[in-house]
Amino acid sequence: MDAIDIQEDSYKDLLKLYIDTEDEKALYGAEKISKSFIKQGITPEEIVNLHIQSLQEMYDDMPQAYLRGLDFLLETMISYGLALQEYQTLREKQLEIKSELKIAAGMQKTLLATTVPVVENLQIGVVSVAAHQMNGDYHHFITGKNGDIGIALADVRGKGIPAALCMSMIKYAMDSLPEDTMGPNKILKNLNRVVEKNVDPSMFITMFYAQYFPQTSKFLFSSAGHEPGFYYHGDTKNFEELKTKGLVLGVTSETDYPEYERTIKEGDMIVLLTDGVTECRYGDNFLSREEVLEVIQQHMHLPAQEMAEKVYKHFERLQNFHLRDDFTLIILKK
Amino acid sequence: MEPHSFIGIKKEWDIVGARQLGREIARKLGFGTVDQARIATAISEIARNIYLYAEDGKVTFETIEGMNHKGLRIIASDNGPGIDNISQVMEDGYTTSGGLGAGLPGVKRLMDEFDIQSEVGKGTIVTAVKWLR
Repeated sequence: MDAIDIQEDSYKDLLKLYIDTEDEKALYGAEKISKSFIKQGITPEEIVNLHIQSLQEMYDDMPQAYLRGLDFLLETMISYGLALQEYQTLREKQLEIKSELKIAAGMQKTLLATTVPVVENLQIGVVSVAAHQMNGDYHHFITGKNGDIGIALADVRGKGIPAALCMSMIKYAMDSLPEDTMGPNKILKNLNRVVEKNVDPSMFITMFYAQYFPQTSKFLFSSAGHEPGFYYHGDTKNFEELKTKGLVLGVTSETDYPEYERTIKEGDMIVLLTDGVTECRYGDNFLSREEVLEVIQQHMHLPAQEMAEKVYKHFERLQNFHLRDDFTLIILKK
Repeated sequence: MEPHSFIGIKKEWDIVGARQLGREIARKLGFGTVDQARIATAISEIARNIYLYAEDGKVTFETIEGMNHKGLRIIASDNGPGIDNISQVMEDGYTTSGGLGAGLPGVKRLMDEFDIQSEVGKGTIVTAVKWLR
């Protein structure tokens, strides 16, 4: 087929060609013209008007009734034209918002960046993926002056921008704490006060904080209503749920967070996660915690980082590569 | 400037009357079919606002004849409740009557110039101009 070069003013020619021959070529031309009209923001009423004018130029004897009918059609197109213009404006706005979000997400990444510490005899693996552009999960590692490691893991109920803004606050609050002197319970108690003062009560933030002392293998932890992690005992080959007490951050200004302690032995493993992991959905089904454990068990022979990545890939695939909630998984292996 | 013509808006049928008068003036000024239809739709929108929210008001038409250009000015004024947040009603996608692509942003698109003044408890004046090209 010959290439058809379409100009806007060829509407009339194409119309005439079609009326005379019913040629498919003319209809193909009409398709191209309509696309070029859309690109130029030409509204339906203008096209109907062009149509009327073309017909009048071709036929002197157009029946008055037909012409009136076409005027009527033109009138009904006005609102469609407006809807089209509105759509174009909204699309531009959406592009603007998208690019703003992209910048914000980049800023968040820089702001929340953390380096996984290298600790003798302890492997640390981390995967944290946002469901949308902005991440409502937060994790952070702190290395203290005496070599102890602080591990923070938080989750804002909800996702997107509000959650991300909350996370920035947590990050700043953490930065302003005198890190060396504080155990998990004190840190949570402090953050709770900050959150209670600054965050809307409808916003829930759960948080898990742990401190690990490499010299003694002691693992201290407290939790503010956070999804319980798992402790794998290498000797008995059993998983234990890390049950904790402690209110979600920001509910009341004065609350205490009990501190718990384990000593990590050779072959033990700790799994910390957010509910984006345990509330993975496939179809209409929620994953049970037992199923999560099964997946973890399948991959626990791997080094910690590889294991975390494999577990993430498994759930990503289970959800058809479309995460519904922010997903963070931290694996500590000795 | 020619003498003003106006239509009082009390019943829904008055919207039709306003459209008709506006279209006639537009045609006499030399506006083509498409612009006539756009002007009529703009009149509908602002007249309907009076009918729905203000109960009583009027739509006035003025022809503008300058040195080089002619135009039609439409002024809708009412003593209704007024609009508290004009920015909001001028936002795309915001209509209380559940319309699509119309409302006051639609009027702004249909016409060449648009202005709105409103005071809560006193009323609203919408002015829109279409120039003859």
